[in-house]
Amino acid sequence: MTMATMNDALAGAHGKGHKLGRDLAGLAVILGLAVVGYLLFPNNLALLTRMTAIALLVLSLDLVTGYCGVATLGHAALFGTGAYASGIAAVHFGITDPLLMLACGILGGAVAGLVCGVVILRAHGLPQLVLTIALIHLFHEFANKASSWTGGSDGLAGIAPDPLLGHFEFDLWGRTAYVLGIILLAVVFALLRLVVRSPFGMLCRGVKEDPIRIRAMGASPKLALMKMYVISGAVAGAGGALNAISTQVVGLDSLSFTLSAESLVMLVLGGTGSLFGALTGTIVFMFFEDIVSAANPFHWLTMVGALLIAVVLFAPKGLYGTLAGLAARRREARR
Amino acid sequence: MQTVFSIAVDALAYGMVLFVISIGLSVTMGLMRVVNLAHGAFAMIGGYIASYAARDLGLGYGFAVLLAVFGTIVIAVPIERLLYRRIYGAPELTQVLMTIGITFCIIGIANYAFGPTLKTVPLPLALQGSVDLGFRSIATHRIFAIACGLAVAAALWYLIEKTAFGVKLRAAVDNAAMAAALGVRTEIVYAVSFAVAVGLAALGGVVGAELLPVEPYYALRYMVTFLVVVSVGGAGSIPGALAACLVLGGIDTAGRYLVPEFGEFFFYLAVIAIVCVFPRGLAGRAGQ
Repeated sequence: MTMATMNDALAGAHGKGHKLGRDLAGLAVILGLAVVGYLLFPNNLALLTRMTAIALLVLSLDLVTGYCGVATLGHAALFGTGAYASGIAAVHFGITDPLLMLACGILGGAVAGLVCGVVILRAHGLPQLVLTIALIHLFHEFANKASSWTGGSDGLAGIAPDPLLGHFEFDLWGRTAYVLGIILLAVVFALLRLVVRSPFGMLCRGVKEDPIRIRAMGASPKLALMKMYVISGAVAGAGGALNAISTQVVGLDSLSFTLSAESLVMLVLGGTGSLFGALTGTIVFMFFEDIVSAANPFHWLTMVGALLIAVVLFAPKGLYGTLAGLAARRREARR
Repeated sequence: MQTVFSIAVDALAYGMVLFVISIGLSVTMGLMRVVNLAHGAFAMIGGYIASYAARDLGLGYGFAVLLAVFGTIVIAVPIERLLYRRIYGAPELTQVLMTIGITFCIIGIANYAFGPTLKTVPLPLALQGSVDLGFRSIATHRIFAIACGLAVAAALWYLIEKTAFGVKLRAAVDNAAMAAALGVRTEIVYAVSFAVAVGLAALGGVVGAELLPVEPYYALRYMVTFLVVVSVGGAGSIPGALAACLVLGGIDTAGRYLVPEFGEFFFYLAVIAIVCVFPRGLAGRAGQ
């Protein structure tokens, strides 16, 4: 039984109000952390905005990996497609309104999700993992080749978004981009909480636990997974678009295997099958990476590796999953 | 004609190097059901040891190869006992995370110990130059790599099909619990086959150092290639792995020769096509 189903079973015992309370608490935590981040690192908002964009990627990965059980090492394909979609819209079609760029990114990500879903869902287990790897490399090579559209290995530069809503300029400090990112993250988080709790979300979780039984019930596992892939693509595309808007450049690294692998690492670090876990993993990993690589650029990869091994050995359900499990056990003991 | 011939030779040599490295991964994956992303790291360790022995210590090539194989086994067996043993039977995600962690650590340590530069394994005189076949000449090293691949394939075939250990190994691959119940000491079978797999990886790392240059990010760069080959071939199958290596090696080499600007585009396109047509790998069995 996954952590998420357990959490929901616990939450179910307390009725609907408790779930809503958890949603509001989650939103409050996101906004609170955003304010704390803003106050603590006013000169490093670029890092925080990137963290927000990556958090969207990890959330979208959680939708397919944590809730549907599809292990993928190619999820950056959706993120990068979103980034390129909004970047190309801005550079080649003159769509420079940030919200429209965001919409382009979401659409591009959803289409990429559809394409990836069609290919990836044909296999299971190890071949599936390999398909995802092959896909991310294909996307990468394709973006590299189509350099008249994507700028190739130089990156797509010259993205100049208009002021947000006509008022808020994207300043040098990245304040506007940061606020946009946090609002986007909060909205997506709230929507995803609704999605994963809806009958559709429960169906996906059922597919993860036992696809044969789901088919026997008369539902189509593949259709459910495909829908989830498109939703996941939209979320990842939003993250990519946010990254394109805030950095004003789209590089090939947003379509890389490394980014895919890192996002999976962040997800498992935080704990799969829980939106809170995805957020926790992103924050912890990116801060860890930032601090360690600044402190000792030579050893940061070793440290990250050691962190991963330690998590597998001592917190196999991820940081959030393990903490939530401890809290649940303490609550049980007190009762 | 000239191009076709040189593509064929290079493809064969590349495919054989791929085979030597990834056959160990295929066997351990079929046997222990571990998605071992750190396999490439062991090949890299082999390359480093051979390079150190041959270049810095001035030992002979044959001795350097032996040292690389056994040195890598000595390094890998404690890792198996301490870390891998805990993830047998764990979900795929956990295994991916743990083995990526091990890979990162090994990369970091290699970067610290040997620096970020390329390391070469100097070839002995006998393997330099080329052999004249009368109508064409081939680099001797390519022939050596192809011969190594054939020798490994033959030796493994003999070990698995003809020896008592091979019987136990096949039994454990088919059904580990039942084999254990019948008195096969699966722990020992696991440990021995892991050691053999790592040794072969190291051998492939040294022999293939000309084609896959040894540097700290070797482990990450080729990890995907090895995993792809094993999956396309079907985990646990020697003929499958051989076929996958030759087909994919051929496609990759031909792509690099004929349309170099596309990089690995055709390689991954072929992977997707093969996996879609044979979802269990070229030689995969139903029910795995």
